Amino acid sequence: MRYDLDLIASWITPGSRVLDLGCGKGELLEFLHETKQVRGFGVEQDESNAAAGISRGVSILQGDLSQEVGDYPDNAFDFVVLSQTLQQVPEPLKLLQKILRVGRKAVVSFPNFAHWRNRCQLFFQGQAPVTPELPYDWHDTPNIRVITFKDFSRFCTRHLITVHEAVAIKTGPSSRSGLVITRLPNLLANYGIFLLSKQ
Amino acid sequence: MSEYAEHIVDGAGVGLVKKRFFTFAESNPFPLVSGADIGPVTLAYETYGQLAPDASNAVLVCHALTGDSHAAGIYSPSDPKPGWWEVMIGPGKGLDTDKYFVVCANVLGGCMGSTGPASPNPATGKPYGLAFPVLTIGDMVRAQKALLEHLGISRLLSVVGGSMGGMQVLEWAARYPEMVVSAIPLATAAKHSALHIAFHEVARQAIVADPDWNGGDYYDCAKPAHGLAVARMIGHITYLSDEAMRHKFGRGLQDRADFSFSFEADFQVESYLRYQGLKFVERFDANSFLYITRAADYFDLGATHGGGSLTKAFSRGSTRFLVVSFSSDWLYPTYQSRELVQALKRAGKDVSFCEIEAQWGHDAFLLDSPRLAGLISGHLERTQRDLERGIL
Repeated sequence: MRYDLDLIASWITPGSRVLDLGCGKGELLEFLHETKQVRGFGVEQDESNAAAGISRGVSILQGDLSQEVGDYPDNAFDFVVLSQTLQQVPEPLKLLQKILRVGRKAVVSFPNFAHWRNRCQLFFQGQAPVTPELPYDWHDTPNIRVITFKDFSRFCTRHLITVHEAVAIKTGPSSRSGLVITRLPNLLANYGIFLLSKQ
Repeated sequence: MSEYAEHIVDGAGVGLVKKRFFTFAESNPFPLVSGADIGPVTLAYETYGQLAPDASNAVLVCHALTGDSHAAGIYSPSDPKPGWWEVMIGPGKGLDTDKYFVVCANVLGGCMGSTGPASPNPATGKPYGLAFPVLTIGDMVRAQKALLEHLGISRLLSVVGGSMGGMQVLEWAARYPEMVVSAIPLATAAKHSALHIAFHEVARQAIVADPDWNGGDYYDCAKPAHGLAVARMIGHITYLSDEAMRHKFGRGLQDRADFSFSFEADFQVESYLRYQGLKFVERFDANSFLYITRAADYFDLGATHGGGSLTKAFSRGSTRFLVVSFSSDWLYPTYQSRELVQALKRAGKDVSFCEIEAQWGHDAFLLDSPRLAGLISGHLERTQRDLERGIL
């Protein structure tokens, strides 16, 4: 499994209820189910991804994650995972508030826009960064939010969201290996992963 | 459901099957939701695959409006047409008969071997006709439960069905949640829309307006064939979609190069509808059509089981759900499936949902679809595995 998902999985308590928003084909949920007896539920917009996941036995709702997350009762889940999707969300604060309502804890990960390679592209080449983590040109990118590790930490403080863990990592977009970055995370990490809850 | 799906006997099916009959309520009549009762009651049914020694692998398939118990296989080697869901039921198929014991029964009120308006009324010895009590989907499901008890099945691995079959699936999940491990409602809704009831009413009116209908008493004379055929034609329009009709017929003419300037069936679509109407009259009873469409129109799961709340209707049990809709289905549009899903989520149920892109309208659930087969088989495999591991 992908390094970042593996790290997320390590935070999930065995036997818990997990909602994975933007779950793709449900790899994380399948892994959690098999290894930790987790009761997993996914939301995925793409029909073929959702169908592929359901065909592997994962419980997945095909739909828009911002809408689908709204219907659940308070604290319906122990963990809600939003993995590498926040940068594509029109109203991130609203979505995070919904997530923290339906889940006791939230795991949020995103590509760190402040990674040195992005900074170099902007500084030396004068162009919007195109990297393995952010592989789109400015005009066709689904990533409408520019998030840095530092920005997200500040955002949580400002909106009274408790940060239980904030881990900066360096890994490839689909790599099984990676490193946790402890020095200069905002400069050296290409992804940030946060474990959050309401204050 | 229609006979639009052209089935192919590919040799990979369940092979020869036999229609069976189960009769109950012989001494004590079967009470109905309306307050009336009926007895004896016979259900025609078929089974495919082997029941596990602990009866843990039973899957009930519920048929749609005008379907029957013959869901798969053939009755004889020369039988040209296998059951209505041959594409889904068989070894290695979506409902894999190497793994599951599949049961399909003709509904109470039907006319394919089950007790219905054409059956003899014990009080008179003549066919019931309109003396047959008005039924609900709940009555159909309660009769199915009696059959399953007779077969030694106290818990169903899954209940699967599309359209009116999907309503039965929902009724099963709300009425007997402890008996249903998984429920797979396809192309269906928790209640009919006004549009849907309107189509049914026009179809019923076509039947009762036929002079041969004779107040439902036609069993020893001419049948209301024209009315029933028109009812079926209306049904067929709703089973397809604008896109499906455009693709299949367009404005193509049937066996002619120009208009006849008469009211013959000039267009292919007219000819198709007339043919479907005629074929239907050969096999279906007009009174059954009235009763079954009425039962479907009366269906309102939230009102019956949740005091008006669909969420409450699903409040009991731990059934896993797989809800599927089809993008071009205008009879049971996707928004109705989403309403179901929303209620299931609010009730804390384990639910999967997929809207399959399909251009064939409501009939899509009957057609060969690797995607649908994959969804069903994956959902069932996981359900069975979790059940064995004790985590369901």
